[in-house]
Amino acid sequence: MKKLVALLLALTLCLGCTAAFAESKPNVKIGFITLHDENSTYDLNFIKAAREACTALGMVENEDFFIVSGVEESEDCYEKAADLADRGCNIVFADSFGHEDYMIQAAKEFPEVQFCHATGTRAHTEGLDNFHNAFASIYEGRFLGGVAAGLKLNQLIEEGKITADQAKLGYIGAFTYAEVISGYTSFFLGARSVCPTATMEVTFTGSWYDPTKEQEGAIKLIQDNCVVISEHADSMGAPSECENNNIPFVFYNGSAADACPNTYIVASRINWAPYFEYIINCVNNGEAIATDWTGTIDTNSVVLAELNEQAAAPGTAEAIAEVEAKLASGELKVFDTATFTVNGEALTSYMADVDTDPAYTPDTEVIADGYFHESEFRSAPYFDVQIDGITLLDTAI
Amino acid sequence: MANSTTKEPLIHITKRGLLPWYGAWGIRGGAILLALIFCALVTTVVTGQNPLSVYVTIFNASFSTQRRTWVLVQNIAMLLSVSLALIPAFKMKFWNLGGEGQMLAGGLATAACMICLKDVFPNWAIILCMIVGSIAAGALWGFIPAFFKAKFNTNETLFTLMMNYVATQLVAFFIIIWEVPKGAGKIGIINQQTQIGWLPVIGNYKYLLNVIVVAVLCVAMYIYLGYSKHGYEISVVGESERTAKYVGIKVSRVIIRTMLLSGAICGLTGMLLVGGTDHTLTTSITGGRGFTAVMVAWLAKFNPIWMILTSFLLVFLQRGASEISTVFGLNQSYGDILTGIILFFIVGSEFFIQYKINFRHAAGKEEAHV
Repeated sequence: MKKLVALLLALTLCLGCTAAFAESKPNVKIGFITLHDENSTYDLNFIKAAREACTALGMVENEDFFIVSGVEESEDCYEKAADLADRGCNIVFADSFGHEDYMIQAAKEFPEVQFCHATGTRAHTEGLDNFHNAFASIYEGRFLGGVAAGLKLNQLIEEGKITADQAKLGYIGAFTYAEVISGYTSFFLGARSVCPTATMEVTFTGSWYDPTKEQEGAIKLIQDNCVVISEHADSMGAPSECENNNIPFVFYNGSAADACPNTYIVASRINWAPYFEYIINCVNNGEAIATDWTGTIDTNSVVLAELNEQAAAPGTAEAIAEVEAKLASGELKVFDTATFTVNGEALTSYMADVDTDPAYTPDTEVIADGYFHESEFRSAPYFDVQIDGITLLDTAI
Repeated sequence: MANSTTKEPLIHITKRGLLPWYGAWGIRGGAILLALIFCALVTTVVTGQNPLSVYVTIFNASFSTQRRTWVLVQNIAMLLSVSLALIPAFKMKFWNLGGEGQMLAGGLATAACMICLKDVFPNWAIILCMIVGSIAAGALWGFIPAFFKAKFNTNETLFTLMMNYVATQLVAFFIIIWEVPKGAGKIGIINQQTQIGWLPVIGNYKYLLNVIVVAVLCVAMYIYLGYSKHGYEISVVGESERTAKYVGIKVSRVIIRTMLLSGAICGLTGMLLVGGTDHTLTTSITGGRGFTAVMVAWLAKFNPIWMILTSFLLVFLQRGASEISTVFGLNQSYGDILTGIILFFIVGSEFFIQYKINFRHAAGKEEAHV
């Protein structure tokens, strides 16, 4: 009798568990569109986060969630988005800036499907209930990466390898618009916060993923005597070149410690899993998704990949933790106007083009309380100020 | 005895006589069948999936939803349109490999009209400018190599090929000028709010207009090549320039006239892409159709009606290959690998249509028979 009771109890427990499990799986289908495939560190970061968030919620790939990679920023994106909607997706997500127009096109055609787009700028002006933008305050992550780079510069100065005025950083950017400008400026400010004599050169590739051009960019910067390098482009082109030349670098999107054990210091990345969980839960619960969603250090959206003690300067981990706490508490602001000048003068007022229009009309005052309010009026960055200390090498691309 | 002293090779290849059409298409069909079997085999080895599900996926890529079928038809129409543009030149043995560039030139002209004239003219006038502009731009891109061929006998294969790169760079240049927002390197959808310069949509069918235009073009080209004086002149020049001169055809005039036509149709195709469906301009908007069209035209032996079938075949298989990589969670490059395999078989089949492989004993039998 006891045995029978035990068996029954065990059975009910099991059934209860599976029922609870089945209940917890959201009644949502979601499709992810990525610009490149896993070879691009940027897209890999999204793909990993999508799998992580969905499997954590009990969703199954190719049944509850779909990943379509290698989707160009063209009509192709609209076709893939519409196709995912046809397949029954309640949410379609796209990861690249240039996907936005096509996502909006699809959003207009499928009002019952939610279209979410990372890095885009138009959700708050488009007036569509089912089109949303998302980004994270990654400038804070890059600032932390900058701190690590600055400490490395200090170490090189102390070791007598360079003089204080040779503390030059290099940066490989993809394009010349706000997202990239905000990124390299915050990296530079982070470095200069610990190494006051730091300067920086920035080169552009005109592409998000072009291993050869990124490598050529790294070569150019190394020849220009840049001693620590960082980047905002998505291949392993530049890190490999840095490793070959023994130039320390700060990466983006994920760790490169395996490929570059001697020179990789640290990487900042956006952790998209919290956002994916958020939108899936919103749709599952019938709640509205925020038009603009900005992840922060607090939401665990802005994170650093592993710190490589072998390449980093001593004390980097502690310094980063300290600055991170200050950023999270709001004590420290990345774009504090006391820390940078424009044409030799402090910036006291700046009208940014928050509501994107073809003429780039500045429309919003973004400086108040002594700092530039980045990613507050919309999720995507709008810091596009050229500050002193940074030299742009080839903007005419 | 000659036979006993020289050792006959195991395999030797001889030229076939002209095959009847069903023989040639039998070989082509067999090649496609083999290609499909081989693709399924490779996919099964790589993924462990049931080969049947590979075929289902290929079929689903084009026919599982109405939208997919429309996208298939649209892609066929665009590929067919470029192929139609190429065949008058090909029939003349003028190897126009500049379809890409001529399309881009047309697309560039179209985008220029949509962007620069949007506040100047009413919509109908802009569309008129787009049509005229794209045809003129495409024709110009065809005229330049034709002129040099006619006057100085330059190599048209290289010349048209190089013109592609010039067009690509020009487009890249204008993308930087027109990019939105500044620095992003992309134009995005042109006039998304106002839809100025967008070709009208027939009913709810976004792609129908393009399909109708290309269908008309297809019939017109069939008549032009088969039943017009121009078409006759083109085939005479293609067969023998000397004969053409002898019968009083002005060869250089035919070359230039035909390439103007070829380029104009390519330009028009660029306009259909930019103004009709994509509403943007990128350097990759042509999707390699200028080159794929060469194969479409060759496989159909420059017959416009057969080209409908060959372009269907190529688009259908390409979409299937791409869908396989998505459904089975493979890299997009896997789709390219499958397309490569399929094309390899199709191109290979042309060899077997032209030539016959004889094995030693078979050859021996033939001789005995004789």
